[in-house]
Amino acid sequence: MSAPLLEVHAIAKRFGGVQALADVSFVVGTGEIYGLIGPNGAGKTTLFNVISGLTAPDAGSITLEDQPLTGLKPHRIAQAGIARTFQNIRLFANLSALENVMIGRHARTSAGLVNAILRTNAQRTEEAAIEARAFALLEYVGIAAHADALARNLAYGDQRRLEIARALATEPKLLALDEPAAGMNPTETQALRVLLERIRAGGITLLLIEHDMRLVMGLCDRVLVLDFGRRIAEGAPREIQLDAAVIAAYLGTPAA
Amino acid sequence: MDTFIQQLINGLTLGAVYAMVALGYTMVYGIIQLINFAHGEVVMIGAMVAFSVIGALVGADTGLSAPIIVLAGGVVAVPLCIAVACTMERVAYRPLRAAPRLAPLITAIGISIILQHLAMMLWSRNPLAFPQILDNRVFHFGAATVTSVQLAIWTVATLMMAALSILVYRTRLGIAMRATSQNPLVAGLMGIDINRVILATFALGAALAAIAGVMVGTYYGIAHYTMGSLLGLKAFCAAVLGGIGNIPGAMLGGLLLGLVEALGAGYIGDLTNNWFGSNYQDVFAFIVLILVLVFRPSGLLGERVADRT
Repeated sequence: MSAPLLEVHAIAKRFGGVQALADVSFVVGTGEIYGLIGPNGAGKTTLFNVISGLTAPDAGSITLEDQPLTGLKPHRIAQAGIARTFQNIRLFANLSALENVMIGRHARTSAGLVNAILRTNAQRTEEAAIEARAFALLEYVGIAAHADALARNLAYGDQRRLEIARALATEPKLLALDEPAAGMNPTETQALRVLLERIRAGGITLLLIEHDMRLVMGLCDRVLVLDFGRRIAEGAPREIQLDAAVIAAYLGTPAA
Repeated sequence: MDTFIQQLINGLTLGAVYAMVALGYTMVYGIIQLINFAHGEVVMIGAMVAFSVIGALVGADTGLSAPIIVLAGGVVAVPLCIAVACTMERVAYRPLRAAPRLAPLITAIGISIILQHLAMMLWSRNPLAFPQILDNRVFHFGAATVTSVQLAIWTVATLMMAALSILVYRTRLGIAMRATSQNPLVAGLMGIDINRVILATFALGAALAAIAGVMVGTYYGIAHYTMGSLLGLKAFCAAVLGGIGNIPGAMLGGLLLGLVEALGAGYIGDLTNNWFGSNYQDVFAFIVLILVLVFRPSGLLGERVADRT
């Protein structure tokens, strides 16, 4: 494995009586595509929420390139270099596609009230640069033709691409994708796979929750399997597919 | 016909002030779904501060021209009002952001009462007469008249609203504000510091309110520590009329409400055979509020917003 990028150590999270995550640890190496799978309710999305700062863990720690992230606000974590997408798409529905991506540039630029009012030359230049960069990202994910359309009017697959473009705009080191292929047909999924491989080739590490096993097995270098909030297996896709605990989690244990 | 034109002119002036104040309500509501009932008090403080500054400059016999003195009043009022609004956000609203909506609504009313009484202690419990220094030239249109103060109010209000539109729809801060109002959670994930954006929203609303305060003071020639409450409530009606949370809506709602009030006051006597006089002017805003809430709760330009997840 390459140098560790994201280190998740002994994360635990309880919601009322449900232990959503228990002692989950794993390490994602720089440049990896790391898969996160498990049956529904296994705690995958909770883990994403903990990593992106939306949910505070009860115990455990997270570091990105040895920089501790636990307890930071979401915008600090974004600035540290983690971006994510959502299982149920969460775009700014009433902003244009271009504006949605420009938002992502906030993590990397400052925009204060004073600057906005004074509209200095430097400010204008920076805003033009942001717009150009945002447009380039729309081209990168293949939806530049819809730059001025409101996000809510985009086709479903394009909304998914837009969410990825917006996440990329924060210049993440780690891009966390929550079921990016959900609802996609095989052609769209194939195009997504090409896009994700291109993003990785561009130097960004990917953390991927996905139910489409063909995509996971074809794309990921290593896979972590969660079940009832616990880690039950980790390894290369080929090993995981043969793991008895994983098969039991997905298919149930045969009746004795 | 002359009454009509005259009331149109008066209504547009009143409406310009309502619009400026309504923007503060609507921006804050748009971003944190709070009806900031203390916003009217910010207008009052703007008027009071301008009163002191103008009074001091006139008293000091500086030889400055009248428009410059009024401008100076505004220049001092704006930062002070911004400070007041940011303090109330920080002290009374931010700690309650996760609380049920009723809680910050009640602190808002509390803040409003506190500000009124602070103003009463600082200035006076009596109405304060603004020094009438502006050379109020009168222009005639038939029997109707426009004063230079009215023209100044229209001009300043138009410029301020144009500047606000540019800020909201063209700058990064504006995009951040709109994104935060649509989904604060995701905006945070995109690296936007939500607290700063909310503070900036309060600051913008307060700046507009401060200028509205200076306008009202100069226009009516009077400032009083309770002047903010009725003005604030009417501006709130204007924001609801336009669609609360909607920025063009607040501008439109403000102007329409000003016109309705002025025309209503102008004609109510004739229409009711002098049973009601123009002193019933204040009723119209609330009739409008009730009609809007019954027949079009989302307001003229508002749209039903999907519940956020």
